[in-house]
Amino acid sequence: MMSNIHVTAKVNGDDVEFLCDPRETLLDVLRDRLNLTGTKEGCGTGDCGACTVTIEDRLVCSCLMLGVEASGKSIETIEGMAKGDKLHPLQKKFVEHAALQCGICTPGILVAAKNLLEKNPDPNEEQVRYWLAGNLCRCTGYDKIIRAVLDAAKEMREAS
Amino acid sequence: MAKDELINKFKYIGTRPNRPDGLDKVTGRAKYGADFNAPNMLHAAVLRSPHAHARIVKIDTSKAEALSGVKAFVTRADFPTGLKGEDFYLQENTIAGDRALYDGHAVAAIAATSALAAKDAIKLIEVEYEILPHVTDVDEAMQSDAPVIREGAQDHSVPEGLPPNIVSYMDFGHGDLEAGFSEADLVMENTYKTEAAHQGYIEPHACVGQLGQDGKGDMWICTQGQWFIRKMCAAVLGLEASQLRVTPSEIGGGFGGKTTIFSEALSLALSRKAGGQPVKLVMTRSEVLRATGPTASASMDVKIGMKKNGQMTAASAVFRMQGGAFPGMAPTGMALECAFANYHLPAVHHIGYDVLSNRPKSAAYRAPGSPMAAFAVESLVDEMCRELNLDPIDVRLLNGSKEGTKSSFGPTFRKIGLIETLEAAKSHPNLNVELGPNQGRGIASGFWMNHGGETSISMALGEDGTVTLSIGTPDIGGSRASMALMVAETLGIPYEDVRVNVVETGSLGVNEPTHGSRATFAIGKAAVEACNEAIKEMCQRAANKWGIDQEAVDWFDGAAHPAGPNAGDFPPMTIKEIGRRMGRTGGPISGHHATTFGGAGESFGTHVVDLEVDPETGRATILRYLVVQDAGRAIHPSYVEGQFQGGAAQGIGWALNEEYIYGQDGRLQNAGFLDYRVPVASDLPMIDTVIVEVPSDSHPFGVRGVGETGIAPPLPAIANAIADATGKRLRHLPISPPKVLKAIKEDS
Repeated sequence: MMSNIHVTAKVNGDDVEFLCDPRETLLDVLRDRLNLTGTKEGCGTGDCGACTVTIEDRLVCSCLMLGVEASGKSIETIEGMAKGDKLHPLQKKFVEHAALQCGICTPGILVAAKNLLEKNPDPNEEQVRYWLAGNLCRCTGYDKIIRAVLDAAKEMREAS
Repeated sequence: MAKDELINKFKYIGTRPNRPDGLDKVTGRAKYGADFNAPNMLHAAVLRSPHAHARIVKIDTSKAEALSGVKAFVTRADFPTGLKGEDFYLQENTIAGDRALYDGHAVAAIAATSALAAKDAIKLIEVEYEILPHVTDVDEAMQSDAPVIREGAQDHSVPEGLPPNIVSYMDFGHGDLEAGFSEADLVMENTYKTEAAHQGYIEPHACVGQLGQDGKGDMWICTQGQWFIRKMCAAVLGLEASQLRVTPSEIGGGFGGKTTIFSEALSLALSRKAGGQPVKLVMTRSEVLRATGPTASASMDVKIGMKKNGQMTAASAVFRMQGGAFPGMAPTGMALECAFANYHLPAVHHIGYDVLSNRPKSAAYRAPGSPMAAFAVESLVDEMCRELNLDPIDVRLLNGSKEGTKSSFGPTFRKIGLIETLEAAKSHPNLNVELGPNQGRGIASGFWMNHGGETSISMALGEDGTVTLSIGTPDIGGSRASMALMVAETLGIPYEDVRVNVVETGSLGVNEPTHGSRATFAIGKAAVEACNEAIKEMCQRAANKWGIDQEAVDWFDGAAHPAGPNAGDFPPMTIKEIGRRMGRTGGPISGHHATTFGGAGESFGTHVVDLEVDPETGRATILRYLVVQDAGRAIHPSYVEGQFQGGAAQGIGWALNEEYIYGQDGRLQNAGFLDYRVPVASDLPMIDTVIVEVPSDSHPFGVRGVGETGIAPPLPAIANAIADATGKRLRHLPISPPKVLKAIKEDS
């Protein structure tokens, strides 16, 4: 039997430590070791984006990274997006615009969209579409998702 | 009061409040299929056949069982024998018997203490296969020399002498076909093909099953219908249905594909062998594509007669569809019913074949059969409009089905909204946009009959006058919001005062799944009935207090009122007051309704697409897209638009990219989201919507189901637009860039 490896990292600002098999992905670790099941698995091959998280502010499909590679890193997941009882404007706008139907792709899309708006607070429609091209949604046809992101960006610009 | 006059009387219907489960779903808190864990839980892995067709000679699990952490394994030998009909096919699809019938067919399953241990163990199972000849194409499977997938599977409908892979045959129509065609100025006939597409829900199938030696079990699962899961798992395992309790999780998409079972019963069988330890079974994406329900592939001949002015005189269709290695799965009958539903036809005839092939067992996919039928018929209508130089919308207006039309499949249409969708499309600004070089416009209409079905529902009044609604249909696209709106409207209480819970199988009578575009129609209708029952009781409580007859009490604005001056002069008694006192005035107040609803109102839609074809690559870019559809009544317009847009996007994917690709070896070549390419955000423009409301008289608010229709028109609309842009008619989906390029190059 392969030995588990001890890993320490930061998740949503908190120090965490876990033991994991060297074959486990970061997604497995988040969901099964840390009970952060908001990050979803849709394909396991980096094609659908449902498992999107940020590591050191960079977007990553957590199914394509090993848990042990997270050692010493700072990871942000959907669970860290709202601050206390205050939703991120993207979360608020997604509900208002009916930008989700089943909701399984929503965590990954929200994490990806937040990262976009941090890098580009004033994206146009085409930029949002290409930024989110790695996040599959099968329910909405993307229309309301794009509108929600553009509206959240506008609200955040006006608030700053 | 006519339904149309109701529109201005609504307080909540037609508004767009936030969905009740929105907060859970934007914070990652909502629990989906794979998010559930139980104490002492094991993890399952499934060994699947790498062959399209093979005899299973021997399965040796000794090495796998010796691995540390392995607790149970199952093969077909662990399942009861003697099942018949659909139950037998469900069991055989759950796990192969003496033969594997398609690439991906389950052969054995293992439960172990971790997912990694289960995966390791699966690799140690040794299976000896004797490879048999296979067939995956529908037209090849119908040849008399094709490999036979099942001996003796033909039902009584199949005429004598047809090859054995044709397991069902249908033949229906009305009018004098020959006379109709002879009246026509133009008769055209062509053959069209569509490839199998997958529902492509982003959440793979997942469940936790627990089954004791006493035959009592529990299952947590992402499904469109917990009672279907209960019935099917019980049948496959020989259990009593009521001893199995099935709790639905939130569901990450289904589109028809989660209305049945695939591997779920394996988790229960493994749990029973492991002494009742719960077993989690989560499919990989590759397993989802190889072994869960894609739609059928189709090969279709269509013939239409038309006069010079566009009037259609006769039409006929011959559809050949394969639904995998299991009889009854190809939606041939529904495809034929949808084929000519848009048109008034004096003479029409349909022939259909349900054909077996070495492919996975098909499942429903959004308007099963309708998209293929629409592709064939609406393509040919467009070809004829071009030939006769007629406007495709005008031809549809001339021939379009309306109230009183005898439908192509028999019944006479009641009030329907096809003409209204065509008129709304015709006057939409998108149609005034001038097209540039290499650009084309395509128009097509589509139909779905909609469904009511078995429904059981309860509502209960709380002590504070708020209301709980218990429903049996999982919320797959915002239906909790629609239900809460209809309850709020009926009771006259705020939307926020209604909590809608999707409950497990022990809490209500049998419910069919969220399928057939039935949820808002049937559950909404039942919710109104249940509320009316409670209103009657609340009026009774007020009448008792006031000392008057219950008939002398009216209910509106969330309160009981004396019906008129003769009833007495009493202040209104609010639902909050009634709730507070109900324990002392006769006990808890609730409403219940259980029935099988028929008579759902049909929904028609018309789509218009503009696209541009790159002459160097053959790639089609969608420039603008319009969906016009009759919703009857839009309860929550945002989620109605969402259904329109989602259906369109799926249809666009099916038209341009998506297909099951089988190799010569009968193996699926593209079992992943990289190669099975569904539309991404950068592939699509905004999708414009127009909600037409021609209320159905079979629902208290006029609701028609809206989910399915929208996937049918995109297939032909895109083919028609490609023809408009390039002059090339492509009759075999998907219309992928290489096919378009080849067609363009044939000229030069």
